[in-house]
Amino acid sequence: MSMTVHVDIVSAEKSIFSGVAEMIFAPAEMGEVGIAPRHAPMLARMKAGEVRIQQPGGEEADFFISGGMLEVQPHVVTVLADTAIRAADLDEAAALEAKQRAEAAMEDKQVEMDYAKAQAELIQAVAQLQAIERLRKRSGTS
Amino acid sequence: MAVGKEIREKIRSVKSTQKITSAMEMVAASKMRRAQERMDASRPYSDKITAVVSHLANAHPEYHHSYMSEREVKRVGFIIISSDRGLCGGLNVNLFREAVKAIKEHSDQGTEVDYTAIGSKALGFLGRMGGNLVSESCQLGDQPEISSLIGSIKVMLNAFDEENIDQLYVVYNQFVNTMTQKPTVRQVLPLQQDDSEEYSHHWDYIYEPDAKPVMDTLLQRYVESIVYQGVVENIACEQSARMVAMKSATDNAGDLIDELELVYNKARQTAITAELADIVGGAAAV
Repeated sequence: MSMTVHVDIVSAEKSIFSGVAEMIFAPAEMGEVGIAPRHAPMLARMKAGEVRIQQPGGEEADFFISGGMLEVQPHVVTVLADTAIRAADLDEAAALEAKQRAEAAMEDKQVEMDYAKAQAELIQAVAQLQAIERLRKRSGTS
Repeated sequence: MAVGKEIREKIRSVKSTQKITSAMEMVAASKMRRAQERMDASRPYSDKITAVVSHLANAHPEYHHSYMSEREVKRVGFIIISSDRGLCGGLNVNLFREAVKAIKEHSDQGTEVDYTAIGSKALGFLGRMGGNLVSESCQLGDQPEISSLIGSIKVMLNAFDEENIDQLYVVYNQFVNTMTQKPTVRQVLPLQQDDSEEYSHHWDYIYEPDAKPVMDTLLQRYVESIVYQGVVENIACEQSARMVAMKSATDNAGDLIDELELVYNKARQTAITAELADIVGGAAAV
């Protein structure tokens, strides 16, 4: 029997693949890498591309990933796939946006006032019910 | 009959409130199931990345990343994860109480605090409390995407890189079961080492392209996955807390209606008796 290695492909939102393989090909940042069982420990960044898994029996499974990390241990290979499209400047833009939102929120506290008002009324009604309940219990025991 | 008009009005209003609360209870129950599934679905990633990071901590890297070393604490960052909506019992209040306790410990020692708010309730809370809000993400919905969190987290990570903050915490509700949600304050940075791994011989990874960029990316993903896991767990907590709160509100409304009906019937009977007495009295006089 040929040697195999355990492979897990996971993304933040779900588990994509878990099984054994004879060989794994992954799109590492410096070029495609092929991982055979008992490969030395390796940690690599991946770019968008295809992860191919040669399963025992000659079957091949393909997964497209938009980037992520690859961890290789002698008996287990882990692919941490990104779900979002990532790039350093995109991240910075998102960071800037989150910052601006925070500043805007601090200045303008009227956001979604109508919804908040309706909800406040409902909360009051529920609180009233609870208060009445408590009063009732108290008068019942005394 | 004119008797008990106010009481009947009151009964009607309580009934309509009861309808709303029972509908919300059912909605929350079905959403809770889906939120729990989502929580379980995101667990493999956070388990795997935690494993990789703990391997890394136990390896002997050629490059020592700043996320892994403690330094003097002058300023800390808090990421507070709350729900977007209310009507979920004491969920957010308990969380904020826990957060305030943790923050107070820092401010007592003269440490300053920066905040990131995730969820409208946290934003509102921080607005009332005052404090240096550096980023926020709100209205994530029931299916949060990691891409909507990246920006907020990045602000904190940048602050850490520039040594503007020296520790980073996340505050969220941990899902224990449907009835129990545990407000949790967790230190994210610097990473907490655990020495539980069995192998201690000298080894290191092959890095591609290089140790620094690889570790930068990995640790950034790691922090994001912790926050994301916190967010999905908090949503599961929110739905279950809402279900329980709405169930008790519906029950209370039911009790109240019973009671009001009793009062109403009594009033009606009193009125009828009085009327009969009048008629009988009138007939006797004739």
